[in-house]
Order: sequence, then structure tokens, then C-alpha cells
Amino acid sequence: MKIHEYQAKEVFGRFGVPVPKGMVCQTPEKAQSYARDLGRAVVVKAQVHVGGRGKAGGVKVARTPEEANEIASAILGMDIKGLSVRKVLCEPAIDIREEYYLGVALDRDSQRNTVIVSAAGGVDIEQVAEETPEKIARLPIDPLLGFQSWHALDVAKRGGLRSDILPQAAKTLRGLVAAYLASDANMAEINPLAVTSDGQVVAADGKMVIDDNALYRQEALQQYYEESEEDEIEAEAHRRGIQYVRLDGTVGVIGNGAGLVMTTLDEVSRAGGKAANFLDIGGGAKAELVRNSLEIVLMNPQVKSVFFNIFGGITRGDEVARGILQAYDELQLSVPIVIRLSGTMAEEGRRLLEGSPLIPAATMQEAAQKAVRLAA
Amino acid sequence: MSILVDKNTRLLVQGMTGREGEFHTRQMVAYGTNVVGGVTPGKGGGELNGIPIFDTVAEARRATDANATCIFVPAKFAKDAVVEAVDAQIPLIVTITEGIPALDMVYAVNLVRSRGLRMIGANCPGIITPGECKIGILPGEIFTSGSVGLISRSGTLTYEIVDELTRAGLGQSTCIGIGGDPTPGTTFIDALPLFEADPQTRVVVMVGEIGGADEEIASEYIAKEMSKPVIGFVSGRTAPPGKRMGHAGAIVSGRSGTAQAKVEALLRAGVKVADTTHDIPALVSAALKQEPSVH
Repeated sequence: MKIHEYQAKEVFGRFGVPVPKGMVCQTPEKAQSYARDLGRAVVVKAQVHVGGRGKAGGVKVARTPEEANEIASAILGMDIKGLSVRKVLCEPAIDIREEYYLGVALDRDSQRNTVIVSAAGGVDIEQVAEETPEKIARLPIDPLLGFQSWHALDVAKRGGLRSDILPQAAKTLRGLVAAYLASDANMAEINPLAVTSDGQVVAADGKMVIDDNALYRQEALQQYYEESEEDEIEAEAHRRGIQYVRLDGTVGVIGNGAGLVMTTLDEVSRAGGKAANFLDIGGGAKAELVRNSLEIVLMNPQVKSVFFNIFGGITRGDEVARGILQAYDELQLSVPIVIRLSGTMAEEGRRLLEGSPLIPAATMQEAAQKAVRLAA
Repeated sequence: MSILVDKNTRLLVQGMTGREGEFHTRQMVAYGTNVVGGVTPGKGGGELNGIPIFDTVAEARRATDANATCIFVPAKFAKDAVVEAVDAQIPLIVTITEGIPALDMVYAVNLVRSRGLRMIGANCPGIITPGECKIGILPGEIFTSGSVGLISRSGTLTYEIVDELTRAGLGQSTCIGIGGDPTPGTTFIDALPLFEADPQTRVVVMVGEIGGADEEIASEYIAKEMSKPVIGFVSGRTAPPGKRMGHAGAIVSGRSGTAQAKVEALLRAGVKVADTTHDIPALVSAALKQEPSVH
């Protein structure tokens, strides 16, 4: 789950990371009164779940309260990569002398949470990693040892941070890691960590992504959940607990198991078509879930055919068949459905579907071809 | 021969009395797996189909001399279950549970490795040596004994491929589903050396997917260390960047983790990569014919 910059900063602040005293505003008037109370220049920043706000014009400095009003009204409602801006974060504009990068993320290769520090902050860190990897210091955290004060100093030093800043930066880094671990994040970063002209460090930006699997034990963070702004169908699927990703083709895809569904999308593409979605009914799905899945897939008006690809292990072919028949009874289905059913109870499933308008196929490849032809 | 599990495997099931645990314990017993005990705190002294239930893993180990455990406990308690198995020094821990918080698994995986033990999973279908031992939820009837070793990040895709292999008369030595989580206990490069050393295995099928760099790392290992032929497959070729495709580990982020990069790395390592699951049996047969008769 992505959270906004202001939310990440709220969390960071609780763990001792120095953050600016800002205010979230949903109206230009509020931004103006914030700037008036502050009595100095402010920065107005769009709060959206997407990167590249600055380049899109979503981050601007206002020198006067009137200007804060104007800028906020320009940014609120702005469209950034398909997302509309509903909130801005207003903060005191800071006089930045240097910009550093501090981050921590789950690194799959070392199988550890890995701290990343660089003196080359304020820019896209992936680009720095690619072009000048020597400017980046990493430290994989041994979970049996934890992230200790000497680790923080070591990695900050290797990252090229100035020696007079090291103690503050190391303390901030430990705060960031503590926030990451306590929040069940899989990414947390401060980019840039600004060094002001009076030698203080402050998190000028903040980002954090929370592990969906751990949300059940992160009650304080659950309130940050916002329904997928991009897509109504994805939001509805999420409400029903269905793993659905919308894509831009015409063949609706439903299968069991993430790897099999991904392969099914690839097969649709090989057959010359394009999948309209990814939908995984998971293991051991009951008829009701199958029916709901079909309903979700058909909410997308671009879907011209549906391809069911089931290889039963713990999922039973007869349950899938019952779900599809239930969907026929309850929903008005006008889209052709191709089904490939193998594995556990597949024969029973096929028998149940005899006499229904479903189009059977023996293999995944044959089914893909049929579904693509029907969607053309 | 085979790897990791065989007829000498003595299995415990943690969470045996839960819905999934009970069902799959019956399935494993029916397959011929020697299930020597179950563990459910508070239910010690009872039994399920004649299998004794213990309160703790340590107690179960003392009473049964188990050398493997299969974990079915819910995600919330899965980390504790792994830690308990480590504490009881069970050499092979197979974690089936899906949806375990990532930080829990980072801790568990590092703990298991630090003790010189082995975990398969989490979020995996398990491991099977056909005709001898099945641990997990794999549908036993599609497997048959033979010389193909298989390692896969995906469950149902494994079934699909094994079904094709079996129909083509190509049996398997051992099949391991390593699972779709970002930090699996067993990765490709943990399993490849075992297949390389196993006399029964003559060819290895490696099934990868988008996300991470496990396939790329495996490619380097294959090029340097593997004398046996490897057939590869990568799912998610058409997956868009930035979207999590079901598995927590299956996400293309930025420039890394794409199917194309993985296929290219495998090809460079001399791996024959199948375009579609349907092509795998033919590639396996061809590799078996070309294989040198003596290593």
C-alpha cells in the first residue's frame, strides 16, 4: 500500500526523523492562511500516489500568502499521470545547502532489508545506481543483529556524507529504519534529506510503501488506505478480496495461481490477442468466488471474450463449473466464454458444463486461440 | 536417488488439525509419505487418523525422530512456527502458508540459514519425489518417477508443466515449488547444486517468473557450475511494469525483473528457453538425447 508524503512524514516524525512542520490543505484558502500564519515563503506540494510530481508542475514555492492561494488552486484538481490531486502539503520553504539520499528497502538478492545512503540526493536514485554506482553505499541488515549505531555511522560515512553532518544523519537513518520496521514497510526513503544553511538536517520529502500482507497488524496505518484512484474495477475487486489487475486488451482472463495466470496472459499474446486483465482465483476457490470473479471481469466494457484457465490442485473443477453456471443464472452474460479445465475433478466439471454455451478447449494454447478469435 | 526428500523422510505437520492441514495430511499419507506426527499447541496427546499430536515441535521431534516438517499454520503465526522448528533443529522446513508479512519471512529465512537448516517456501506448493514422498499440496497423481528435476516459482504452472512431462513419458526425480514470495527459503541457486549432484537427475527444468533477479543469478551459476542440461521457462512476458501480478514477488520495478532480461540471461548461460509450456517436453527429450553418457 502506497501512502502519501505527509503520511510518511507523520510516521517518520514519531521515530525521531526531523520533518518540517507542514499542513495538509484541501482548499486554496487553507493554503493561504497557512502561509499567512507562517509569515514566510512556503512550498506547496501535490499529494498523489505517483512519482514525478515535480516535473509535472505539482511542486511550487509561494513567496506570499496570495501566491500560495494561486498555486494551491492550480495544483488542486491537477491531473498527474492520470491521478487527480485532492490534497496539497504546505511546508516552510527551506534554504537547502546540500541534498542527500537515505533509504531502506527489502532487497531480494541479499534476502535482507538493506539501507542505502548517497550524497547524491534529490535526484532519481535508480538513475544514480545505474550511472554512478560508486556514489551509493549499501548495508544489508542482519535481522539477528538489528541496525545498530555503528552500522548507521558506517553506511553514512561510506555514502559520502560530510563529517560534520554524520551524527545527525546517522541518527536520522536509525529513525528511518525504526519507522520502516515498525510499519511493516517494504520501502521507506527520504529524498532529499536536506542540509540547511545553518547545518541542520531535515526530511524534505518522504516516501513509504507498506506490505499489504502485514496491514492486519498495522491498525494506525489502515486509515491511510485510499481506494485505487486509477481504476474503479480494481477498487471493486479489492473490496471483494479478488486479485485483479486491469490491462488494456479485450480477452478477459481468469485462472488459478499467479504463475498460471501470468502464463495465460502470455499465451493470449502469442495467439495474437491482448488480455484485458489479470485475475487469480487462488487455491481452493468456491463457486461463489468464481461467480464474483466473472462479474468483475465483465465490468470492463472492452472485454469481448473470457478465457477460463484452470489446472486443479486444491481448486476443484466441479466448483469452478458450478460458479460459472451460477454466473449464467444471475448475470446477463453476452460474452463468449472459453474454458480449459484440467486436474482435480476436471471431468465432473466438464460434465456439469455440458449443454451450457461455454466453449471447451483441451489445452491452454487451444483455448487462447479460440478466445482471441472470439474477441476479434 | 533424488533430492531432499525420499522414503526415509519422517514428516511432522505443524497445524495438522486445521482445515487445510488435516485435508493435506490425509492426502500426503495416501500418497505414501511417512507422517510421524502433528503439532498443535493444546491438542497434545490426541491423534488424527492414528497420527499422534504433540504440543510442541521439540516434543514431537524427541518422540518421533522426525527429519522434516510441513507448516500449514495461518500467516499470523507462521513466523513463530518456523522459529519453533528451527529451535527444534528440524533439518527441512516446508512452509506452505501464503500471505506471511515480508519482514517475518526476512527474519525466518535468515535465521534458518544461520543455523545451517533449510526451508522451502513460504507461499509454496511443496516438494515431491514421485513414488516416495510428497510434502505439501501438490496433486500427487500427475507426477511419475524419472530423471527430470524441476524447480519452480509457481504452483499451478508446475502442475501444468509436470502434467505435460508425464504425458510425454518424462518422469521426474524431485520437483520443488520454491514459492512466489520475495525472499524464499530455497532459491534456484540453492536447489541447482543438489540436482547437479543427484545421480538420478539427468536434466533440470527451471520455471521462473517476473520480479527480482533469481533467474539472472541462477544463469551465472548454470554457466559456471552445471554440467547437466537446463531447460528454462519464464512467465509474465506480457506483464506491465509496476503492477503486482498476484505473487508478492512478481512485480517488474523500473528496469529490473523483466521476463525479457531473464530469458536473455538464461540463453547466454546456454539454457534452452521454452516459449510456451507446451514446448518443454520436446526440449527435455532433445536434451536427454544429446546428454553425454558419462560425466
